[in-house]
Amino acid sequence: MRLILELALTHIAGRGRQTLVAILGVALGVGFSIAMAALMQGTEKDFIAQLVDTMPHVQISDERRTARRQPAEDLFAAVQFEGLRPKEDRRGILNPAAAFASLRSWVPGRMAQSLRTQGVVRYAGRDVGVSVIGIEPETEARVSSVAGDFVEGSFDSLRAGGNNIVVGDSLARRIGASTGTTIQVVAPTGQSRGFRIVGLFHTGNNARDEGETYVLLKSAQILSERPNAINDIRLRLDDPEEANESLLEALVVRNVVMYTVVGAILLVAGFGIFNIISTITHEKARDIAILKSLGFTQGNMRRLFLLEGLALGAAGSLVGWLIGFLLCFALSQVEFKVSGAAIGREMTNLPLFWSPWHYAIASAFALISSGVAGYLPARQAARLNPVDIIRGAT
Amino acid sequence: MTTLIEAEHLTRILPATVPVTLVRDVSLTVGEQEFIAITGPSGSGKSSLLYLLGLLDRPTSGTLRVAGQDTSSLNDDALARLRLDMLGFVFQFHFLLPEFSVLENVKLPMRKAGRLSSMEMRDRAASLLEELGLAGHLDKRPDQLSGGQRQRVAVARALANDPRVVLADEPTGSLDSKSSEQVFQILQDLVKKRGKTVIAVTHDMDIAARVDRRIHLVDGAVVSDERVAQPVV
Repeated sequence: MRLILELALTHIAGRGRQTLVAILGVALGVGFSIAMAALMQGTEKDFIAQLVDTMPHVQISDERRTARRQPAEDLFAAVQFEGLRPKEDRRGILNPAAAFASLRSWVPGRMAQSLRTQGVVRYAGRDVGVSVIGIEPETEARVSSVAGDFVEGSFDSLRAGGNNIVVGDSLARRIGASTGTTIQVVAPTGQSRGFRIVGLFHTGNNARDEGETYVLLKSAQILSERPNAINDIRLRLDDPEEANESLLEALVVRNVVMYTVVGAILLVAGFGIFNIISTITHEKARDIAILKSLGFTQGNMRRLFLLEGLALGAAGSLVGWLIGFLLCFALSQVEFKVSGAAIGREMTNLPLFWSPWHYAIASAFALISSGVAGYLPARQAARLNPVDIIRGAT
Repeated sequence: MTTLIEAEHLTRILPATVPVTLVRDVSLTVGEQEFIAITGPSGSGKSSLLYLLGLLDRPTSGTLRVAGQDTSSLNDDALARLRLDMLGFVFQFHFLLPEFSVLENVKLPMRKAGRLSSMEMRDRAASLLEELGLAGHLDKRPDQLSGGQRQRVAVARALANDPRVVLADEPTGSLDSKSSEQVFQILQDLVKKRGKTVIAVTHDMDIAARVDRRIHLVDGAVVSDERVAQPVV
């Protein structure tokens, strides 16, 4: 077996330029498919992260509540009342503690409750309408993606005092405030309180960076005069695909496209191997005749040329790994500025996803195709009748 | 005298639209330590007969026994094994592997047989080459040698596994007269000194005149098979 391997390697080494071309063909195939896979999977992950993960997977809110039927309408059904004004209900999720507890008992995942209300931030003569979100810092941090986007401070900074607030960096810039500044927040109820900025976040999403502020749940309840009210329960499921099945199914199409392209690249590389092994068998017909006349068997010849194909495939794979790695590295260095306003978020780098599977699959494919590419001419070579070649030579 | 090769009614027909008969009903026996020349006009089937005797080709009909074994019942791998152990080939063109050194080329059949250790193979290859006057060329490539030297390397390779029969197809056909004489001497020594049997196809009458036995073919059939008593050298 060692002898056959040595013969194979000698054959390959004997034709430097052709070998180089074949190895390069495979290597480019493997390299590009690795980079391609990294890019496709990277953008897919990025896509999911942006669309699915920034938002909670499931949100329960009270937005669609209709006014309760008024007792006067029931009592005087025969008479038409004009201008009956419904009693002002306290808005919020009914019995939030029970709802929260019942959800907790069966939903797999993390959850947080909050009170979302509107308000106006007022500072240095500037008014900006914002959402004021009352949260519990420790549970919110486990559900919201904002927790990872802090430039200064964190949700935990809120706990230091009831009058602390966390705002987006765009908002702070817009009103000319910074950490430590005390700003005025005016609620729709007319309540107004001063809050000190203890944290800034930058999500890249302009709407959020400019329009969201976070305070403690208690402060929000006081501000909107709704003690104990909750109007928002957000869930972050352990398995987000369950909640976004239709969205993720759309990605299947992307994957099919990706594997088709990658497969095509590798197929072309496989033809390159087929070509060189075919050429070698033709050129080495004389060697085959010699070896057979010396007492080498058909099986030996088959193995010889199969090994040559596999050796080219293996060498190409290794070089391809390097090319793939360098390509990924180069792509990750590409920086571009896209206006955050246009697409709602900023993108500064190509999202790439590194996985050893890409390398393994690409080289497995390369090895299989080089094996097949080597086998067909190998079979032909093994069948060659030495006498035909010796006769032809004389 | 032991019989090494025994052919009975060997016929080889090349299948084609008009079948060509290469070898026609040849029967002969080859014993130990014989120096046989197969002669005949070109196209008379000399080489085809040699390939049949050398198990490179299979007869269309007839039986061939090598070392007492009926070869028609053997598969290709078994034939390859028999070639490896029993037979050595020298062709008109040296047919050395161009990428390997002279030493490696001679070691090749030994490595395939796998009976000797790496050191033993080297020693044996080197001593074979030295006996053939190639002591200083062990690590050269075939294309760095002259035609005569290459042919001698081919002889060394044919002897690598110590075969009982050496088959030579026009061994001097592409050599000048001086090299031809050298190669002839070597083949003769194989028979006289090493006790091998040599079967050589040749159209060189000068060589044919100096062997022990001449088989003359015309149109694939044996027309004469004569033993000649050569004067003792």
